[in-house]
Amino acid sequence: MEYIFKAENITKNYTGHKALDNVSISVPKQSVYGLLGPNGAGKTTLIRIINQIIGPDEGKLFFDGEKLKPEHVHFIGYLPEERGLYKKMKIGEQALYLAQLKNVNKHDAKKKLKVWFEKFDLLPWWDKKVEELSKGMAQKMQFIITILHQPKLLIFDEPFSGFDPINVNLLKEEILNLRNNGATIIFSTHNMSSVEEICDDITLINKSRIILEGNVKEIRKSHSLGIYCVELEDVKKPLESMLGSQYNVSLEGKSENLYKYRIRKPDGDPSNNLLKSIMEAGRVISFQEVLPSMNDIFIKNVTGKYPDEVNNKNNYQNNQI
Amino acid sequence: MKLITKIIIRIIRSKKAEMNKIAIIIKREYLTRVRKRSFVIMTILGPLLMAALMIGPVFIAKMSDSVYQVGVVDDSDFFFERLKNTNNVEFSQLNLDIEAAIELHKKGNYDAILHIPKFAFEAPSGLRMFSEKSVNLNAKLNIENQLKLDFESLKLAKEGIDEDVLQKIKTSINIMTVRLTKDGLEKTDYPELRMVLGIFSGILIYFFIFLFGSQVMRGVMEEKTNRIVEVIISSVKPFQLMMGKIIGVALVGLTQFLIWIFLTLIIVTAVQTAFPEQFKYTPVEQVYISADDAYNPEVLKERTEIVMQYNSPAGQIMDALSSINLPVMIGSFIFFFLAGYLLYASLFAAIGAAVDNEADTQQFMLPITVPLIFAIVMAQMVANNPSGPVAVWLSMIPFTSPIIMMLRIPFGVPMAQVYLSMALLVLGFVGTTWLASKIYRTGILMYGKKVSYKEIWKWIKFKG
Repeated sequence: MEYIFKAENITKNYTGHKALDNVSISVPKQSVYGLLGPNGAGKTTLIRIINQIIGPDEGKLFFDGEKLKPEHVHFIGYLPEERGLYKKMKIGEQALYLAQLKNVNKHDAKKKLKVWFEKFDLLPWWDKKVEELSKGMAQKMQFIITILHQPKLLIFDEPFSGFDPINVNLLKEEILNLRNNGATIIFSTHNMSSVEEICDDITLINKSRIILEGNVKEIRKSHSLGIYCVELEDVKKPLESMLGSQYNVSLEGKSENLYKYRIRKPDGDPSNNLLKSIMEAGRVISFQEVLPSMNDIFIKNVTGKYPDEVNNKNNYQNNQI
Repeated sequence: MKLITKIIIRIIRSKKAEMNKIAIIIKREYLTRVRKRSFVIMTILGPLLMAALMIGPVFIAKMSDSVYQVGVVDDSDFFFERLKNTNNVEFSQLNLDIEAAIELHKKGNYDAILHIPKFAFEAPSGLRMFSEKSVNLNAKLNIENQLKLDFESLKLAKEGIDEDVLQKIKTSINIMTVRLTKDGLEKTDYPELRMVLGIFSGILIYFFIFLFGSQVMRGVMEEKTNRIVEVIISSVKPFQLMMGKIIGVALVGLTQFLIWIFLTLIIVTAVQTAFPEQFKYTPVEQVYISADDAYNPEVLKERTEIVMQYNSPAGQIMDALSSINLPVMIGSFIFFFLAGYLLYASLFAAIGAAVDNEADTQQFMLPITVPLIFAIVMAQMVANNPSGPVAVWLSMIPFTSPIIMMLRIPFGVPMAQVYLSMALLVLGFVGTTWLASKIYRTGILMYGKKVSYKEIWKWIKFKG
């Protein structure tokens, strides 16, 4: 596999504490790569190292097969979590200024900006000052600035914070568009449902170390708890009494003839065995494994145990693949 | 060989790109400030104020020309005839008793009434001056001086000393200071005006350093609190951003200064042509010329000219300016202003980066303010002895040299000292910038943390 960015054994010390401890990541080309972790885990430090805002104490960095060097900033777009704009500056002028700092010449920048401003309904605001903009508009402008120089690698740190649901969707679409057009995205967030939606791979950092990494689907599969959701019609026998005591069965809901069960099978028992037994109990409408959400996996890996509701709570939300 | 050339071309190209970015930053910093309303107002008000300072005294002097009328009740019948009218004070004898004279004053006939009692010879403390308004100080001093001389000569006569002898003994001393210039020409010197000019430029530099230094500080704080800084330093190095801002603001200062000089000259010239009679040189009545000089027409002419020029405040300033090497003065002012500003601006930038809000800047401003204020406090002493050891040392130390050297330059400073001071100042500027950039690059990414000197010391030691 080709990687757009690789970090090998990165260590970074601040006076008094270790921000990153022997961290390595490999970001495959044309993918959305989630960088996850609780506050203070070291995500921002790693992102700043990728952006060459700070340097690592130890370790090697590669961009597109080359050793990372200052000129590479022109191929990287960065939307920091703590982001802002010059309040008193007109937005068109400001966007041009920031684009020029990324080595886009003024003429090209202007042309591209007009297109993007049009797309995000910002064009009538070109000559307005930032302080006259709503927060959402300022966020859109920042997004445009981040992607304008068509970077090969995009880094979004909490990109959705401060957006309304409509704009979140607009942004998600754009991010996936960018990936489909060849860009790679490093995506750092606490919003786990969006991770499931758009990330291909993730790395989970906790206390300066990587504790989990890999493909999102595979990670969820490997965290399987053997929980299935079953819908039955024409139930002849209640499942609770039919299945052996090794199964943990609970009735989730019942409407007219339709019964909804949540079953947890013991480890090592093939799911077909369970299905066979269920088929005897009634007409199977659906039979689905319920994988833990990224949210639960995050909590499990950081704190060491799943949140209580994963094991006990009855109305467990369905997070199917 | 080819490979080496290729590498060199690549380095030059990348350096050029980096320089380009600094240029883009400078341009933004410059334009946003120059377009501000406050800049335009300051640029126009500055020359008006300066011109007012230069022209105002002339008009004020002309306005207060009205003669102070003093009615004299001389019961001694001796002193009145000895009081001489001057330009500003006129005496009239009143053959009335003092109560009647005061009544007359109350009607508004005289500005003041002077009462000389009968036995004033014995007791000069019996002299009284009456006025409804407070007495004009100049008139009072004038009368006191005249009467003092009269009493003195009276007493001398009493002791049997002849007034003619006394006149012969009286000697007038007026040292004319002559500066020897390199080309052998003798030039009349104006130490007082050199002092004024020196102190004025020193204070101007002090003011400029604070004004533009705090503009840098506020700019850095704006970027930090607006959270735009992280976006920018993902494109350029923090050092480039800091230098771009510092240079941009320096150019704003330079622009303002040059516009000020230009506009001030225009306004002064315009006023001079509009009111020529106010600026005419009126010759004084008496010119003291020693017996030797009387035979030397060259000196005579020069002496008269000086007195004539001294007579008009504007002429005085013009003459002082012409006696001072103005291009050197302006040139060194620009150098010491820029270099002094650069020395402090990076420190201002570091403070802006270290704090989260304006209130926190106070504790870190102290180390910057102390040397500057110290230089201003020492200004008088340096001006009194511009070549003394204190002056020389303070004009070498980079933190005080911009102000102190500017103070000394109107008096003439050996070129070697000027160059040494300049070199040290440039070294100092490189040093503070290096130090400040270390604080800056860590500080701009620190949010919500109250920093202390200890913390900043850690940032400086911090590598990478």
